[in-house]
Amino acid sequence: MTADLFQGWGTQLFWGTMVTLKVAFLALAAGLVIGLLVALAKLSSSRFLRAAGDLYTTCIRGTPELLIILLVYFGSTVALSAALRWIGGPNTSFEMPALGAGVLALSLVFGGYAAEIFRGAFLAIPPGQIEAAKAFGMSPLTLFIHIRLPLMWRYALPALGNIWISLIKNTSLISVVGLEELMRVSYIATSVTRSPFHFYMLAALIYLLLTIANSLGIEWLETRANRGVRRV
Amino acid sequence: MDLSLMIESLPRLLEGAVLTLKLLLLTELIGFICALPLGILYANGSRAARTPIYAFVYFFRGTPLLVQIFIVYYGLAQFDFVRQSVLWPWLRQPFVCALLACALHSTAYTTNILRGAIQAVPAGEVEAARACGMSAFQVQRFIVLPIAFRLMLPAYSNQAIGMLKGTSLASTITLMELTGVANTIVASTFQPYEVFIMAALIYLTITLVITRCFKYLEYALSKHQRPLKSSAAIPGQVRHAD
Repeated sequence: MTADLFQGWGTQLFWGTMVTLKVAFLALAAGLVIGLLVALAKLSSSRFLRAAGDLYTTCIRGTPELLIILLVYFGSTVALSAALRWIGGPNTSFEMPALGAGVLALSLVFGGYAAEIFRGAFLAIPPGQIEAAKAFGMSPLTLFIHIRLPLMWRYALPALGNIWISLIKNTSLISVVGLEELMRVSYIATSVTRSPFHFYMLAALIYLLLTIANSLGIEWLETRANRGVRRV
Repeated sequence: MDLSLMIESLPRLLEGAVLTLKLLLLTELIGFICALPLGILYANGSRAARTPIYAFVYFFRGTPLLVQIFIVYYGLAQFDFVRQSVLWPWLRQPFVCALLACALHSTAYTTNILRGAIQAVPAGEVEAARACGMSAFQVQRFIVLPIAFRLMLPAYSNQAIGMLKGTSLASTITLMELTGVANTIVASTFQPYEVFIMAALIYLTITLVITRCFKYLEYALSKHQRPLKSSAAIPGQVRHAD
């Protein structure tokens, strides 16, 4: 039954799924950092930083993910080759690995959306909490790490969960530049077995499993983050 | 930066943008028409009616659009009965396949948004309508749906922008829309920055126009919620808004 279901492609599909997860988690980690930095820039008192942050989120959220992936992939290949020539290296084109380009592109996208969420969440913190922390004599850094960040996290989680699910789905776009993740493996499988419907449906179900599992994980995180909140 | 290449590639990119807009408008039109009955059923229907809609929405929201496009374009051709059917001349065209996949995707998202908006209509409004003696159909047609339509606009504009970005995936099945054209130009000139940034600027412009249109629509539909003109706010001089 199982052999028939995967038609001998089970192992490849499993490792493809692992690559998908690897890309997603790497982009998540980098994207959260980018998002936090851009959110702080958007909230800062410097007009220049605010404008730069706004420009970043507007551009990222208004362009297709696929275009950003293509731009980063081909763009970094050109830039790296030029840099290599500049430092006196051989006059060959240096190809950016698809994994690196994909993670970079997706973390830029994730960062753009996360920045907006973090910004809103920082603004949602009740001012009384900040005043209380100041009254305790907390330094700005302590206040940020122990009061602002954990409180912001609670407000940001539901929306972050949504963009995390989008991120998992967007990893499929990296197959376009040749990374052998779930989508690419299915593509290769269909060209050998000549049963595209079967394998793309299989890929769809695996993505569905990933998104369902992650929605449950986010729900768990939300209950955990809200454990200090009184329910009425 | 090679400015002349940017200007040179603009006419071809704009040609691609026209196809992008065509795909987007048809997608959203079909998606909205299909989502209307589904959303109403999803919000009000019996459990037997809700379950298949729930499964449909969950599948299309939980899987990548790229997989959906590939299932329609490559997957359907696997079956002989599809290839022998009368629909085959259409189903072999990349545009029709992209449109079909995008429209189904859009239907699922819009159904969910509409359901949320219908459920967010204040219960008092519905009760008042019933108290006025409206039939179930009249309540839906004159009270629930108009209010839900206004409530769903912010989420729907996000969905439309998401769909605009989704149409770029049609380039993977050889459709020469904006991203497809940009990719082709880059393949021949190998100057990715100029061309892709130019394409990104066109996408940004379309996004801006969509956002503005929805903002205006929202403004126009919430006339009754705006405060009266300042002269009317003076006590004792209350005037009806026109």
